[in-house]
Amino acid sequence: MNGSAGNKFGFTVNRSRLIDYDASDRLVRDYVTLREPSFRLCFACGGCTATCTAGQHAPFNLRRMNTFIRRGEIEPLREEVTRCMLCGKCLLVCPRGVNTRNVVSLAAEAIKKLDRNEL
Amino acid sequence: MKLEGKKRVWAEYQKEIPDDHFFYVRSCIRQTFFAGSEQTFLKIMRDDLGKDIYEDPRHTTCTGIGYHGDVVPFETIQTVVARHFALATEAGYKNIAISCVTSFGIYTEILETWKHFPETLEKTRENLFRATGRVFDLPVSISHASDIIYKFRDEIARKAKYNLVDVRSGKPLKVVEHIGCHYAKMFPKHGIGGAEFPHVLVGMIESWGGDVIDYPERRHCCGFGFRQYLVQANRGYSLSASRKKFESMEPYRPDFIVANCPGCAMFMDRWQYTLKELDGITYGSNETGIPTLTYEEMAGLILGYDPWEMGMQYHNVQSLGLLKKMGITADPAKRFLTKDGSRLPEPANLLNS
Repeated sequence: MNGSAGNKFGFTVNRSRLIDYDASDRLVRDYVTLREPSFRLCFACGGCTATCTAGQHAPFNLRRMNTFIRRGEIEPLREEVTRCMLCGKCLLVCPRGVNTRNVVSLAAEAIKKLDRNEL
Repeated sequence: MKLEGKKRVWAEYQKEIPDDHFFYVRSCIRQTFFAGSEQTFLKIMRDDLGKDIYEDPRHTTCTGIGYHGDVVPFETIQTVVARHFALATEAGYKNIAISCVTSFGIYTEILETWKHFPETLEKTRENLFRATGRVFDLPVSISHASDIIYKFRDEIARKAKYNLVDVRSGKPLKVVEHIGCHYAKMFPKHGIGGAEFPHVLVGMIESWGGDVIDYPERRHCCGFGFRQYLVQANRGYSLSASRKKFESMEPYRPDFIVANCPGCAMFMDRWQYTLKELDGITYGSNETGIPTLTYEEMAGLILGYDPWEMGMQYHNVQSLGLLKKMGITADPAKRFLTKDGSRLPEPANLLNS
């Protein structure tokens, strides 16, 4: 798991998983939540991820994407939003009725606006 | 808050520590890592404090590391600990003094189990009798050896030859205290100050003139975590936890770290070398490393014991700068010599040697 070739110990220092809330950028979250209030209902069950076709073939994980939005982790979000094919299967399985497809679209839109300093 | 109420609240954080007559149980790993600490404790107890403390050569490991590493079943460890109690019973002692925090946690866990599930006590009595023919009484008190030093800290302060003070500036030394997780985080009532306000090392440091550093990751685990370390591929978790602590304490410029747990003292000392190798970072002032002491070594220094007789030269981070700061004269050339002048093995990769 942590072992690496080239060091005599057989392990290395693990990367910190500390969530730095001071560094989080809530602009995308606020943008999405304002326009798609059902996003607040997500309780991270992972049904969307389990049924996601894109996730079967690419490293895409809708639940992880939702977490990035909520934590304000913009950098990993940037690539994550491009992986969704917007097929909408996740909409059908969400037990809380979250409009997940709209969440992805809005997040992608918010990032574009963020890059243009329009957010 | 009313004084009566305050007393009542704080009563839950106190611990009764016996005054005398202890049955001492050693740690299985400390004698390797901190060669003279346990002997120093016995010497302080017998010679400086005049206490009756007994140890039985038939005492064994508590098997705590195996238990936490999932290779020793709970029934087995209960029987091993029951045998220790049987040795104490045979010797006529009711107060157990425990050197190791892992053992301390094991003893408290087992006593609590027996209290809440009396059938496990009966089963253990049966297992022990069938295996060894021994019987045992439950101990009256369970103290960690650091509890005992804490109790007599003022008496030690009165006999002090040195203090935790920089002799040149007269300022108190800045000390990081680290309490082993299994001391009070599992069963707070068995620790001085409980899990929230552990005072066992703070009391010693303050009585002996030092200042305690209150840094953000003060109560973070050292990283030992048993399976985190015992499985080589997982050791990065262990190392990262220690690094988190070092990074957090570093800005406060600690003079040394003191710990009451064998694993904590070992890792906070040895990992400094590992981090130097892996990350190229050496902590401490002038990048000399932060010396990591056991509480017995700290007490021994205060009482004027020879640091080399206490085995302090076998720490990865050498304490020469600290000793100088405290005004203790210790010849570095004699570090690895026995009393008769023969050569002791010198460890490789020492920091600040």
